[in-house]
Amino acid sequence: MTLDQLVEHQSAVVVGLDCRGPVRHRLMDLGLLPGTQVEVRMASPLGDPVAYVVRGSTIALRREQASTVRIETVGNGTAGMEPR
Amino acid sequence: MTAPQPVPQPMEPGCASCTVRHGAGHGTAPRGLFRLGALGGGHHAVVALAGNPNTGKSTLFNTLTGLRQHVGNWAGKTVSRSEGSFRFNGRKYKVVDLPGTYSLLSSSTDEEIARDALVFGRPDVTIVVVDATRLERNLNLTLQVLEITDRVVVALNLIDEARRHGIAVDDRHLARELGVPVVATAAQRGEGITELLDAVERVATGEPATRARRLTYPDPEVDRAVRRLEAQLGRLLPHLPARRWVALRLLEGDPGVERALRDGTLARLATRATSEGSGVVGATGSEVVA
Repeated sequence: MTLDQLVEHQSAVVVGLDCRGPVRHRLMDLGLLPGTQVEVRMASPLGDPVAYVVRGSTIALRREQASTVRIETVGNGTAGMEPR
Repeated sequence: MTAPQPVPQPMEPGCASCTVRHGAGHGTAPRGLFRLGALGGGHHAVVALAGNPNTGKSTLFNTLTGLRQHVGNWAGKTVSRSEGSFRFNGRKYKVVDLPGTYSLLSSSTDEEIARDALVFGRPDVTIVVVDATRLERNLNLTLQVLEITDRVVVALNLIDEARRHGIAVDDRHLARELGVPVVATAAQRGEGITELLDAVERVATGEPATRARRLTYPDPEVDRAVRRLEAQLGRLLPHLPARRWVALRLLEGDPGVERALRDGTLARLATRATSEGSGVVGATGSEVVA
């Protein structure tokens, strides 16, 4: 499953990034690394971009970028820190 | 003790009436600090301010220099670097406020400016301003800066806000882990500034020498390759600063750094960094590596 398929208030854990080069760097710089929890905060009116909570910050990603982030869902919860 | 009057700065028309500019700590200067505004001239050391966007770099800059650089919360506010100065314990420092970035890996002009200033400008001390309420996220840039230089002080800023959120940060443990001083600050209220400047002074005078945490790579092959590249770079460009950092970028296939090596930009910047010595923040916006 990829991050763009996650719906509002659902959270998940990143398992990998299917992109290379600057896009990959950018996502990693924003804190999206394997093991990181992500939660959908809200979607813009047209559904793209979507705001996600990552490590305590809210970031917005386009659908195209989010589709390169592979995730596993963990049900509902508050995103933030990596699992211990 | 009262601060000398800040040197008036030309201001855009809208700025005078804007409320955000009154936010910075322009009250009484913290103990031992004399703000010198935009005064130029000789200085003992150059201090660069690096950090993620929105961590209070510009507020700290204003607190230190008495200038009123626009403080605000939007992307790319500090479009290039701005400079000011202050005196602390009899030493004069030049401060350079760099654009806020999440990274130094050349994906935007902001990152290039910040990166080139740190690599080729070789500031005597770099203050990495981190947001104490989002520490984990801020440590990425911190570690990247530590890959370039050991002479770092971490300002654990917005500590008042962290306290309000019930977040306590073990700054001593963090300092041990990072290998550089960590000082809790609330730049807007002037909290921790004297302690921060004490740490800056110690790093500037090289006593005791800081030993920054370097990331190691689990694969010994990577380490070997880095060392080999480092040695080659050393032969090719003896004056190149932050050789290990450049080697890592080349291994990674960073197109900007590769191009800079090929077309001689790197050689030019390396020579300039030595001829001007410390005190000049190397590349300008027109000549960036990437």
